[in-house]
Amino acid sequence: MNQTIAAPTQEFEFKNPALIDALNQSAQKVDWVGRIFNLLFLVSALIGVISVATIGYFLVLEGLPAIQFAGLTNFLLGVDWYPPALYGIGAMIVASVVSALGAVVIGVPVALLTAIFLAEVAPKWLANMIRPAVELLAGIPSVVYGFFGLVIIVPAIESTFNVPAGSTLLAGIVVLAVMILPTVITIAETSIRAIPKTYKEGSYALGASPMFTILKVMLPAARSGILAGVVLGVARAVGETMAIIMVMGNSTAMPGSLLDSARSLTANIALEMSYATGIHASSLYSTGIVLLVFVMLLNTSLLVLNRKRVK
Amino acid sequence: MRRRIEDNVALSLIWGGAGMTILFLAWMLWHILSNGLSHVSWEFVSSAYTTIGETSGIFSMIVSTIYMVVLSISIAAPIGIMTALYLTEYAKPGSQLVKIIRFCTESLAGIPSIIYGLFGMTFFVVTLGLGFSILSGALTLAILILPVIIRTTEEALIAVPQSYREASYGLGSSRIYTIWRVILPSAMPGIVTAVILSTGRIIGESAPVFLTAGMVTRIPESVLDSGRTLTVHLYKLTQELFTVNEWNQAYATATVLIILVLAINLLTKLIASRFNKAAY
Repeated sequence: MNQTIAAPTQEFEFKNPALIDALNQSAQKVDWVGRIFNLLFLVSALIGVISVATIGYFLVLEGLPAIQFAGLTNFLLGVDWYPPALYGIGAMIVASVVSALGAVVIGVPVALLTAIFLAEVAPKWLANMIRPAVELLAGIPSVVYGFFGLVIIVPAIESTFNVPAGSTLLAGIVVLAVMILPTVITIAETSIRAIPKTYKEGSYALGASPMFTILKVMLPAARSGILAGVVLGVARAVGETMAIIMVMGNSTAMPGSLLDSARSLTANIALEMSYATGIHASSLYSTGIVLLVFVMLLNTSLLVLNRKRVK
Repeated sequence: MRRRIEDNVALSLIWGGAGMTILFLAWMLWHILSNGLSHVSWEFVSSAYTTIGETSGIFSMIVSTIYMVVLSISIAAPIGIMTALYLTEYAKPGSQLVKIIRFCTESLAGIPSIIYGLFGMTFFVVTLGLGFSILSGALTLAILILPVIIRTTEEALIAVPQSYREASYGLGSSRIYTIWRVILPSAMPGIVTAVILSTGRIIGESAPVFLTAGMVTRIPESVLDSGRTLTVHLYKLTQELFTVNEWNQAYATATVLIILVLAINLLTKLIASRFNKAAY
């Protein structure tokens, strides 16, 4: 069998030395086309890396003068924002943190219940109708959320709490709570679905009711995934800009209660960037650095969570 | 008995939570559509924006938005697709370089959009001297959508069965020919999904857009002109809601945005369902 195949090859080699030469040459020849494309793809892949580096470089370069001007502690803890004299973003840090946490307090329970509903309770046809609706909620532009907040939630707060202006921290919290719903719902549902079926079967076999199983077995098992969803939701809330500008009133003073007007870190950048110059502009970059540090902290905790989940 | 009551309470809470989510979405859609739909007419869509008079429309904002979408995607899509190709087809999986590229892509996805605006304003508008222009905005948004395109394309490329590549190499095709003729066509639905998803993202973004592309209401004549996209327009409108006409315009603009988002969602669904049917 082997011989019958080998024989003609030898004859072929013997009879066509020129062709063999050519074949050998082409095998040694450098594949320039392949190399060029390899390089092209590599360069494209590096554009993302270059972008991150450039963004970081510009933020630090432009942001440092203001921090040097005001002093780091004064900048972070100061509550007076009177450019071009006083640069303190303490009130804005408080506003950003409080609005994001408030959004979590209101939004996460609703999102979690919806996720449980979609993963465990809802009949299939209903879940298949609600899921696209949640996706739609994720796709609606933040300006539209802000607009809705402005025409519905702000007046509602005015009349409910009897305050002169409804553009308050509370309005921001409500709008953000709705905006983080799709993020938390999607991730929580995925992680509830990912729990092995044996958990549920084991719980049923021990005589537990479906609700007990969901609340005491499924939720704890999906904990790290749900937490990851919450962290991503917080990141979205902290980074949100336009909706916040439209409903929170943007006062630079330290908010005394949830019914005070407040300005988030993002709003500070968006509102003043278009006319700021010199140290004032630099202080907005420093605001950006603080914002980025917040987001990086959140992402790091996400990494830790994911690592736990893999284990 | 107590257990049954607890069960029922939990169950009704779950139904209530899901109900709240849906009711809120329905309320928002109904409120905006019912107030806006009657003001969306051909005239509104096709006439230029004026600060006075009743015939003010959003034509220039639609043109700016289209410019922005087309330009950002034509910048970001080739780069994103080639990055995904590098990561799946060329790079050694797990190498240090791949780790760095992946880390940076993920970081890009996590950066708040306002930071992109800040960066775009310094780098593209001032440092590169492009001014407040559609081009500055598109370059900024191109970086912003890059992670979406890379991730979605990568998923599509990974889903192409290994046997396709082996068969192509077995027939003696080169790597680049295999990519061009076998892998990219099979991954096409995924790539189209990536492009549509980023279109939605570009239409919805506002903060980085007005910091880089400005808010001029004229129809941009070239990519170096400033322009106002639909979202930025809605934002500007809400800052000066005084007359009935201005309210109507704001509702109508919000309606147009919601219709666009709905259309994009439907399109993605359509492609996804066809993609799932495609048998490998």
